[in-house]
Amino acid sequence: MRNKLHALWRTFFGDSARAFGSASVILLLLLAIAPAKNHFSQWRHYQKQYLHLIRGRADAVTLERHFQGGIQQIWMPEQQVTDRCTTCHLGLKEASLADVSSVAFREHPVIPHKLTEFGCTTCHRGQGAATTVEEAHSATEQWEQPLLPAKYIEAGCGQCHLENQTGTPFLNQGRQLISNSGCTHCHTIKQADGTYIMPDDDPPSLKHIADKTTRDWVYAWIKDPQAYASTATMPNYHFSDDDARDVSAFILAQSTPLQPPLQPPLQPLKADAKAAADPAAGTTLYGQSFCASCHAMQNAAGMMVGGNVGPELTGIGTKAKPEWLQDWVANPNHYDPATMMPHYRFDAQQVATLTGFLESKTEPDFVANVHLDGATPQQIEHGKRLVVENGCASCHEINGIKKPENFAPELSRIGSKPLNQLIFVEGVEHTLPGYVAGKVRNPRAFGPSLKMPQFKFTPQQIDAVTTALLALTDRAQSQPPTMRIASVQQTKYQPAGNAGQLMRDLRCLTCHMIDGHGGDMAPDLTWEGTAVQHEWLTQFLKNPETLRPALIRRMPKFNLTDAEINTLADYMMTVYQTPEFDRDSLPVSQFGTAQVEQGRQLFYSKFACQSCHIADYKTDKGYIGPALAGTGKRFNAAWVYRWLKDPQALRPGTIEPNQHMTDDEARSLTAFLMSLKSGGAQEAMKK
Amino acid sequence: MKQVLIAVCAVTLLMAGCSRKSKQPALLQATATGTAIVESSGGKQIGYAGMPLDQPVVVQVNDASGNGIAGAAVCFSGPSGVSFTPASGLTDSSGQVTSAVALGQQAGRYKIMASTRDASGKTIELNLDEIVLGYQQTVGAQLNAQYCVRCHDPESTPQRVSNMDNLSVKPHPFTEGDTLNKMSDADLVAIISHGGPALNKSPEMPPWGYTLSKSDIAALVSYIRAVADPPYEAGGLVYAQK
Repeated sequence: MRNKLHALWRTFFGDSARAFGSASVILLLLLAIAPAKNHFSQWRHYQKQYLHLIRGRADAVTLERHFQGGIQQIWMPEQQVTDRCTTCHLGLKEASLADVSSVAFREHPVIPHKLTEFGCTTCHRGQGAATTVEEAHSATEQWEQPLLPAKYIEAGCGQCHLENQTGTPFLNQGRQLISNSGCTHCHTIKQADGTYIMPDDDPPSLKHIADKTTRDWVYAWIKDPQAYASTATMPNYHFSDDDARDVSAFILAQSTPLQPPLQPPLQPLKADAKAAADPAAGTTLYGQSFCASCHAMQNAAGMMVGGNVGPELTGIGTKAKPEWLQDWVANPNHYDPATMMPHYRFDAQQVATLTGFLESKTEPDFVANVHLDGATPQQIEHGKRLVVENGCASCHEINGIKKPENFAPELSRIGSKPLNQLIFVEGVEHTLPGYVAGKVRNPRAFGPSLKMPQFKFTPQQIDAVTTALLALTDRAQSQPPTMRIASVQQTKYQPAGNAGQLMRDLRCLTCHMIDGHGGDMAPDLTWEGTAVQHEWLTQFLKNPETLRPALIRRMPKFNLTDAEINTLADYMMTVYQTPEFDRDSLPVSQFGTAQVEQGRQLFYSKFACQSCHIADYKTDKGYIGPALAGTGKRFNAAWVYRWLKDPQALRPGTIEPNQHMTDDEARSLTAFLMSLKSGGAQEAMKK
Repeated sequence: MKQVLIAVCAVTLLMAGCSRKSKQPALLQATATGTAIVESSGGKQIGYAGMPLDQPVVVQVNDASGNGIAGAAVCFSGPSGVSFTPASGLTDSSGQVTSAVALGQQAGRYKIMASTRDASGKTIELNLDEIVLGYQQTVGAQLNAQYCVRCHDPESTPQRVSNMDNLSVKPHPFTEGDTLNKMSDADLVAIISHGGPALNKSPEMPPWGYTLSKSDIAALVSYIRAVADPPYEAGGLVYAQK
């Protein structure tokens, strides 16, 4: 063996010439390692495959001309983008490669951005600088940032787009859920434009809770809110029986009586309403008052009918005490001055009817098995400790407990949280999206001592919330401000004076938007004074007619006095005017019958307006837009003319298409529409 | 020679397992066999990439007289990236098997298959299409929901009453591939932008070109192509098993 080695050594390094030759060969081989590694690298393999693919295609020459070999890079230092993805993803810009089965060589689906302006990792994440498949796409020891799974891709958009966008339904839904579920009562979320995601769920104050409901109900509610109402947004804290007993004891004990105190139920009227035994009276009043615009209720068929602005009323009779219900229906401001519910000004009989109707909506099973003994001071003390520990005062006003500051971790940069700062548990994928989704799905799985409660989200809602949270990245915060599209924030507009007082009492802004403040359930009233006639507005406030036959949500009837109606109408006619044009600038007197006739022709033939609108209840059926049979009594001609010329200019987002009418056409149509002076739908039906 | 035989047998056995994924319990003990497999519900859904479809896929195995039979084995399979929970099962007393389906990460049309065996051991297949919308089609779907459905969708709900019956010329639902597939993209863009009269059709279809942007209209066309039934030929990627 030794001899053999010796012989080998002599063969190659026996004399200086041999040694020199051998050393040169070894050196050459060593030098060849780097080029060989380069030659056999993954990306070259992909480029070869790509060339092979395009050579067989009809537009090979064009594709080859577009092809550039070697490492490709999109470099945008100010956006922290160094992306070499295009080294292998070679067909991203080739429309003719849309049908290729390999993702690597396919055209990028149509998006509103140029790939060269934003790079790839801005939206998709992953390691832009890497040139191997593994390092670029997956999480490795050194790189924690894998590609974002496709279902969360809208998180990429959300880094710059803080406003709602048509193309990102998930992101929009997620942000809405964060706000509507009250996540930001506990977690602070500061967006890149400096605004905060504000909670929008309006949890009730508990300061006078004993006036409203019983301890049995509170106990059953905190044990499982969704057992009372499937639509309840209050999460489940998984309290044990003893803890729920003590929390309910404290919640009731801290309650103070309302001032002035609640009146006992109006016995005679109530008896009267019951004696009448007209269950339809309550149902009718509930319907006429359009309670269902905001409140949901399960109907006889088990279907949930109604809106989600207010709480579900399916079991309200089990929850609310009769005297509270009566007081609330009569004037909600008494119990909660900040409620979104309007003061309807019901008369005593109506209050009794509606209270009786709501009281009959019970869920006796909900509290049937609750048997609580009187609370002991120790229980109340323990309950108070639990209420403090669980941060109940983050959402609810509670006597003697201050709203805690920063009760839960801030989430403003949760989308870039390093994995080494997170504690994973079994069954949760070891990625950031996996962690966030797991936490939203089942927070207590991460440890029984964690305080975050269990929310009732569907799998799709969990993905939506995760998408919105993943958009909160370091990149979003450090992006140049010019790249950001700010969120639309509500203004603080409030109507002024006597009318303002009245409008606040009626909660007009719960449904209507005025000057950028208010709800989106009913038309924007910012320029209502330019649009309508004083006489019509007065009549409408007195008795709202049906303008849109196909809508469930309608303007309810409030019992307003004539003086109140005049105050409101005068204010709206004076203040809510557009500066763009004068509402009296187009007097109806200048329209001739020929023009009206021409307008009729245009209405029914050229523009086929009857597809969506009703000009004559006898012949027309379209009910997408409001009925126009009373236009001449309702609107000002100048408004109608401007509307026809450009509907979106007067009300951005309206679905009425701009028909690009000539001035003459718009004028004739205005003449025709202003000649329509019949009554509302109800009146027409009667005939 | 013996070894080769054993190997051949083993391969045959493996192939006999209906699931492409060997992880799944492939050999279900069927207690009955049917003669036909039909869709109960869950086909032609519109989903999002990588997410479960809203509704599960339900298929039914029938006997010769068209009644569902219990205990027949059904296997679900699809292109890579598509997952089924469960991937196979026995039919219940009404002859049905239900599976939740999550589609792949890319936009396109996914062909999934449910199969069972008849008494002679022959495989009977049922093919279903599911659709994943990409960004552009999602924009189209949203615009459709805002502007188009109320006339183009005959289905009424309390929240959204269909206006179709109020029109003298009935609009084509966007799924109506038989008609819409014959129209070029340019024609669709023209009729959306300039209204029915642009193609000598009813003015009840208004012009949207002054309300929607060019890219909005392109998005609508891509959405219409994506949901066409029968599918639009040039309607993008189809994922099917190789």
